[in-house]
Amino acid sequence: MKLPQTHADAAAEFLKDTDRSHWHDDTLWHVRSKRDASAQKIPEWEQLRTLASQIKDHVLSNLDNLLLQFEKNAQANGIEVLWAKDAQEHNEHVLRILEENQVKQLVKSKSILTEECGLNHFLEDKGYDVVDTDLGERIIQFNKQVPSHIVMPAIHLKKKEIGDIFHEHLGTEAGADDPQYLTEAARQHLRQKFIQAHAAITGVNFGIAETGGFVVCTNEGNADMGTHLADIHIACMGIEKLIPRAADLGVFLRLLARSATGQSITNYNSHFHRPRKDKKMYLILVDNGRTKQLGREDFRNSLKCIRCGACMNTCPIYRRSSGFSYNSTVPGPIGSILSPGMDLKKHSTLPFASTLCGSCSDVCPVKINIHEQLYKWRQVITKEGPSQPSKKWAMRFGGKVMSKPKLFDLMGRMARKSLSISPRGFVYNSFNAWGKHRELPEVPKESFKDWYKKNRNK
Amino acid sequence: MSSKESILAAIQKNKPDLLPLPEHPEFPVEGDLVEQYKSSIKSNGGQALEAKGPEDIRSYLDIHFQDSQMMLSLSTVVEGNFDIALAEDPHDLEHVDLAILEGEWGVAENAAIWLPEERLKHRALPFIAQHLIVLLKKDRLLGNMHEVYQLINVSDSGYGVFIAGPSKTADIEQSLVIGAHGPRSMTVFLLD
Repeated sequence: MKLPQTHADAAAEFLKDTDRSHWHDDTLWHVRSKRDASAQKIPEWEQLRTLASQIKDHVLSNLDNLLLQFEKNAQANGIEVLWAKDAQEHNEHVLRILEENQVKQLVKSKSILTEECGLNHFLEDKGYDVVDTDLGERIIQFNKQVPSHIVMPAIHLKKKEIGDIFHEHLGTEAGADDPQYLTEAARQHLRQKFIQAHAAITGVNFGIAETGGFVVCTNEGNADMGTHLADIHIACMGIEKLIPRAADLGVFLRLLARSATGQSITNYNSHFHRPRKDKKMYLILVDNGRTKQLGREDFRNSLKCIRCGACMNTCPIYRRSSGFSYNSTVPGPIGSILSPGMDLKKHSTLPFASTLCGSCSDVCPVKINIHEQLYKWRQVITKEGPSQPSKKWAMRFGGKVMSKPKLFDLMGRMARKSLSISPRGFVYNSFNAWGKHRELPEVPKESFKDWYKKNRNK
Repeated sequence: MSSKESILAAIQKNKPDLLPLPEHPEFPVEGDLVEQYKSSIKSNGGQALEAKGPEDIRSYLDIHFQDSQMMLSLSTVVEGNFDIALAEDPHDLEHVDLAILEGEWGVAENAAIWLPEERLKHRALPFIAQHLIVLLKKDRLLGNMHEVYQLINVSDSGYGVFIAGPSKTADIEQSLVIGAHGPRSMTVFLLD
């Protein structure tokens, strides 16, 4: 059986292009710095994080009742509510809605959930042309890629490459790479798509249980351009996106954009409660593994995530390895604790793609203990998952040596002796995976134990 | 068992013991809200101007929008040159150059203005227009989002939106570009 590509191997691919990897690192660090500056302006920032975390704790502990309340209120508002236990059912709901309403053309705004469900491919196989309208998503859709970041989907691409993509797909001038010019071309192109669309698909940032409505946040206004012109609005929502009260939005909207990009708020924050007159609004509530994650005590609070991406921007591994190296819809630290819950085999190397420095947990607006969960997943995976043979062997050997003090002393003496006389190629070779990117420390003359024996009476 | 039933059953089985829902404390905002608002909207790519009366706004329009073929005003303070009643369908708004709206509340910390759909006539209007002007009385300025959610009932309207600036994107190498799909500018007039 072929094992899935490891995170380290995929990251190595990305790192071959040194200039790009440095640029990627710097760009994301810049976003992280903007987040810091923005958060520091709010004296009650830490209090808001605690509140957000407590609200989400309550939601997870009362999710069934809140979902029922949400559904009841949404239905009273004239929204048709559908439930989907997995990605397949979600996609089939969307297809049925499109067929029932004889939709030919549809536009879609950013939704990580529909990425998770593979909706675009599913609909394209049925003959639909799905037009992603977020600029970043349109770029990668042209380029036949998936998002490499949940907030900045095309962050891996340089403007010259985007210029080439637009030249091919939108007929912009060859070699033109001015962001203003390229954005204008996309604007003209997408405006036509908005005008023609019969249905608009959006994600949901927050569902409000007490009012039966939902909130969608964008900077471009693409979700609104789509939904207010089309006859059909389909909103796709993970069941964990609920909040109990409208007033909770005060907390979450203050945290979301500041955490994501350092903006005080996204420029458009739309509250949908009822469809336009004679138009239709559907809301699909999706489980797809979320109830399972709810049952895992150690990993449950990963479901509090509001998808701001702050943990990615701060992560030293993400910044230097890019989103694609994770091979998961949600990359970065949060993806590395969510994805193993969906498919442990496929994502078994992700919890190891971390230095456990804890920066992700420090910036998380809902206080998810991300780095602790990464460490916990490592333990689960090492116990039951497919660990790399070299690592397994090394751990077993290390465990044996360290459990026997005499053997440990002997091995120490042997290592100090042999390392100091061995030629470099003998130590740094393909058997020493650890030494691939690391230098061993200078070999000491004696062990600490020996040094202590000699010095304790001085 | 339906999907709804199986999802709810799984939640009941897997959820932790009930944890309390916290109350919202107050976070009072101090200082000059007008100045805070101006600085916030600038960061979002828009601008706020203080206006003494309709003539200030009219002279602004004369300078910046004298060539507008389709200027649509839902404000009683200044007039446009196109009657929204003529637009039966939002698609009829495709060529609106400028929309002038009246905001219900403004939030100083982030420049967001609450616009329930009754103030838009068509939900698409503030998005499809090439430029947007919003008029707001200074006494409708609040400090932060907590305050505004205390005063509005979001489900009173079928749709409502906080707009905090023009349509913008930074999806190409993090370069800020104003005018992604919607308005290429947003100007807020703060009225006495």
